[in-house]
Amino acid sequence: MASTIRVRATANGDITEVQALIQHPMDSGFVKDAKGELIPAHFIQELKFEYNGKDVFVADWGPAVSKDPYVKFSFKGAKKGDDLKISWTDNKGASDTTTAKIS
Amino acid sequence: MSSTTGLLATRRLILQGAASVALIGLGNLPFGAARAAANDKYPEEAFKQKSEADAIKALYGKTAEPSDKIKLDAPEIAENGGVVPISVTTTLEKVTSISFFVAENPNALAASYKIPDGTVPSVANRLKMAKTTNVVAIVEADGKLFSATKEVKVTVGGCGG
Repeated sequence: MASTIRVRATANGDITEVQALIQHPMDSGFVKDAKGELIPAHFIQELKFEYNGKDVFVADWGPAVSKDPYVKFSFKGAKKGDDLKISWTDNKGASDTTTAKIS
Repeated sequence: MSSTTGLLATRRLILQGAASVALIGLGNLPFGAARAAANDKYPEEAFKQKSEADAIKALYGKTAEPSDKIKLDAPEIAENGGVVPISVTTTLEKVTSISFFVAENPNALAASYKIPDGTVPSVANRLKMAKTTNVVAIVEADGKLFSATKEVKVTVGGCGG
């Protein structure tokens, strides 16, 4: 299966800007389906960005984060060609990991 | 006869039991709230809190004061409450975390980000909003809490069906 994580990390001088888009339903547990039954909550709880074995950004998410979540942040100290590791875990224990090259 | 009183007695017992369980349940809440934001674990208790004040207390264990050094960017009017782009940038120093709260969502805490050393204190994300309400950004800097608030008008909520 193709990765659920799409990342663009661009180094500009000392600062690397990271944009990530993840495919996930992010069901809040408040929405009903076509039959009128509640769709159980299903959302990403933790999203982590690691550079050089160190966390550079950690997100704790609740169900109020939009479907197919997007996040943008920047950090210092990385160079073009370096690796950035991204991983997430959801409330049902599912997870995904990918590694992006900083361009 | 005796079976009736027996039944009544059991019923009373069950009711009493239920009441005390409810009381214990309520009493437990503040203890769960004591967990600090610096903790690496997922802040489950904070995400369960309904009001924004309770969620801030559960996440950080203290209260925030407004600061003009936080720039909270959110639309005046969101046509779709399911996807509201919200971002925060701050000029405060020694920032360790940034969190987003939507005041009148079923649970106020939406997202909390840890900002380690070397990461720029600026985050953009997209949140769901049930209705027109305040969005609050909390920035933890040098052990203190600062907040910025902005009202976003929502024409179609993000929590209905």
